[in-house]
Amino acid sequence: MAVIRYAGRSFSVAEGESVLETLLSANYEIPNSCRAGVCQSCVMQLVDGEIDPSAQKGLKDSWQAQDLFLACRCHPDQDLEIRLPAVDHIRVGCQVTGHDRLSGGILRLRLRPESQFDYRPGQYVTLWRDTTLGRSYSLASVPVLDGDELEFHIKRFSNGRLSSWLCDCVNVGDRIALQGPGGYCFYTGNDAEQDLLLAGAGTGLAPLYGILRDALQRGHTGQIHLYHGAVDIEGLYLHETLQELAATHQNLHYHPCTLNEPPGRCHDVRVENLNQLLSRERSGLQGWKVYLCGPDEFVKKQRQHCFLAGAGLKDIYADAFINHSQP
Amino acid sequence: MSSLYERLGGEAALDAAVDIFYRKVLTDDRVNEFFDDVDMEQQAAKQKGFLTMVFGGPHNYTGKDMREGHKHLLARGLNDTHVDVIIELLGGTLKELGVGDTDIAEVATIAESVRDDVLDR
Repeated sequence: MAVIRYAGRSFSVAEGESVLETLLSANYEIPNSCRAGVCQSCVMQLVDGEIDPSAQKGLKDSWQAQDLFLACRCHPDQDLEIRLPAVDHIRVGCQVTGHDRLSGGILRLRLRPESQFDYRPGQYVTLWRDTTLGRSYSLASVPVLDGDELEFHIKRFSNGRLSSWLCDCVNVGDRIALQGPGGYCFYTGNDAEQDLLLAGAGTGLAPLYGILRDALQRGHTGQIHLYHGAVDIEGLYLHETLQELAATHQNLHYHPCTLNEPPGRCHDVRVENLNQLLSRERSGLQGWKVYLCGPDEFVKKQRQHCFLAGAGLKDIYADAFINHSQP
Repeated sequence: MSSLYERLGGEAALDAAVDIFYRKVLTDDRVNEFFDDVDMEQQAAKQKGFLTMVFGGPHNYTGKDMREGHKHLLARGLNDTHVDVIIELLGGTLKELGVGDTDIAEVATIAESVRDDVLDR
């Protein structure tokens, strides 16, 4: 059994347990969120010993070079000494520059980083309320279009400790720490003629809005089909913006759908489950590139559908909301 | 003599093989129940490892991995007939890639060699 040394004490890592789990059960407050190797919140630093490369998967090169690793992905088979990296080393301070409501109660949050911050539209970052409480959100902004302002679309969950704080307590002018970016769900621009399918449920639209505008401003010529699903008409929180974009770009086709019948007449919105709509309308995806964003279940289902409809595994990019409900 | 892995075109060709093989597995009602609720990205990576091994490429598959990786499926009724189907679908995949019968037979022999590990015997 491997022993880890942290903060001057030693702990045995039980069989199958991660370093994160070991330290949390020893009552240390280690920053963490998804516990699935995605959000990179639980990044720690190796002082002595060797770790399996799988614990560094997805970390940027400069972090790997500094022996940073993800505690939730680290199952050591030999003794290690580890520590938490200095916070200002891995997080970027930002000023809140925008805080307004879109329809459906969705918060549009804008942040301006106080130091150099590079990202690709569609990637995600972790926003921190304090040292240990953080959650991942996708970037809806595009550097060349939005300058140095980052944009996020945030749905308030009543039991969501971070989303309710962002919606209710944060104001323009406040400072927030951000960590990232991460993820591979972005427009690559390798093939401007390739047809694109962008499908998002709820605020899964945020990264797609970034990817879509990135593709358009880079002169994508293939057809782009954007599907957005919501429960109610208010949940289609960028409806008019997307209609306008589609009206000015011949190759952009916007397909909104809602589960509930809208109160008034709304000819351009389908009343149908997004999964059903996609299964019905999107067969023949050979050669397409697919972007899927939203709840885990939606992404899993559509990944399989799009693959069986002909899209190659390598051409399906996904960004799923991963929740780890904390005690 | 070079391995089938090299003759097929190495790692790049493997991605195409995984696409074909995985699509066959997911659409075959005799076996797809075992793949229904898995994470497709992880599963594709595992299938790539499996195909690399049976094509004679550089791999790090071990009998222990095979046993551990399938134990939960044995509890759900995984048996010899399912292994037969997988080997059949593997043959079909190779045919689509234009591989000859001799090579297909060799691949089937390698796949056959892990049957007991998969079924934990």
